[in-house]
Amino acid sequence: MKHLITAATFALLGLTSAIAQPMAAPAMPLAVTPASAYPMAPAAGLYQAFGEQAGIRALMDDFVQRLRADRRIGDQFKETQLDQLASQLSDQVCQLSGGPCVYKGPDMKEAHANMDVTRSHFNALVEVLQTSMSARGIPFTRQNQLLAVLAPMHRDVVNTR
Amino acid sequence: MTHHLRFRPLWPTALLPLAAATALLAAPAHADTGKLLLTGGVSTVEGAAGGGISPWAVIGSQATEGETGGSAFVSRAVTRDYGLTTVGAAVGIDDRVELSIAQQDFNTGVTGTLLGLPGLHLKQHIVGAKWRVAGDAILDSDTLMPQIAVGVQFKQLQSSGLDATLQALGAKRSGADFYVSATKLFLAQGVLVNGTLRATRANQNGLLGHGATLGGADRGYALQPEISVAYLLSPKVAVGFEYRAMPNKLQRAGAAAGLGDGLRADDWKDIFIAWAPSKNVSLTAAYVDLGRIVPATTGGRKQTGVYLSAQLAF
Repeated sequence: MKHLITAATFALLGLTSAIAQPMAAPAMPLAVTPASAYPMAPAAGLYQAFGEQAGIRALMDDFVQRLRADRRIGDQFKETQLDQLASQLSDQVCQLSGGPCVYKGPDMKEAHANMDVTRSHFNALVEVLQTSMSARGIPFTRQNQLLAVLAPMHRDVVNTR
Repeated sequence: MTHHLRFRPLWPTALLPLAAATALLAAPAHADTGKLLLTGGVSTVEGAAGGGISPWAVIGSQATEGETGGSAFVSRAVTRDYGLTTVGAAVGIDDRVELSIAQQDFNTGVTGTLLGLPGLHLKQHIVGAKWRVAGDAILDSDTLMPQIAVGVQFKQLQSSGLDATLQALGAKRSGADFYVSATKLFLAQGVLVNGTLRATRANQNGLLGHGATLGGADRGYALQPEISVAYLLSPKVAVGFEYRAMPNKLQRAGAAAGLGDGLRADDWKDIFIAWAPSKNVSLTAAYVDLGRIVPATTGGRKQTGVYLSAQLAF
């Protein structure tokens, strides 16, 4: 038992930056844009689990309203066209979750260039999205599967440290 | 001894750190610290953020980059023959550095009595520091790269009626553990895994001193592996298990003292459930198996029991 534990521990500790690799080979090119690639293959059936285009759009309409109302980050969306934001987010989530859409908006770095986004802001946004998903009745496991394809964006979105 | 799991706690006895944490919670300047729920771990029995018995690579508190936060906890473990109460606190700075303190109070129960020291409590102070050196355990979900941290824990056992015994065995009352931890949340699967390698010579976590020399036993460091696995059932609830290998340096000294295997030590294990009713509060309950602890006086019984821990974090 101890040898097994030791081996497992060494294996885990061996996952250093030198071997950091995509966890899953992309099943298809999922790059949001050439400048911002998040090569995560979505979990099987993820797009369907979110109700396809209509369900995703309804989720995003709810999400952007909650974003603006959030006391931590709402100010950052004061002058945002919420309709347009919801539309772009819907395309993005649709594409990343395995749907037939193509996101045509700016890449994540560009999209946040005129905002100061901290890690704390990013986490707040994730929490708002979790709230929206729960409000829409998305199961927890499906929520995490979507977050898994979105989370790597923190590397481009967080621009203020 | 005991303890487990993740979440940093507060319990009935931790009034002081709790009060301090409560005061800080009330401060508006700290109202917006922003780690995601449960991603800071809980408080280990040694004060560092992690599971209950094993430190993780996460930096404790609710503070993320650019923020400073703190946490305070109380935990209580009761096994068949012993009890351990721990209070402690930690500060997390910039999601990079963690400083922690813990005070353990170990009720030796029947062992103290049989040693002619009825009511003996062993008290240990632990001061820890942890530095995140690489990685992001939570958000880098497109790579296998874990979050990695290195840490140190200085342990000082207070003077007690056991001093002469420890001296005779050749066990020192102070010592240090050094460790490296790797933590990875497999987000799509909702599974968090931590592996820790600890260089230590502590007997029962330092509560029975460090190393031993009697009978040719050794005082050198041993590399001990620790594993924690947690499964997220919901945003607020996680369940899992931990395994922590322990040095066994007192066994040979005990044999030389005519106790046979009476001082042998076993690895620690637990299964736990942790619940975060809010971002600032977490409660952990666990079933623990600490193996044999001074089997000479406890009939060789395995020290199984329960562990409860409460934590405030901001």
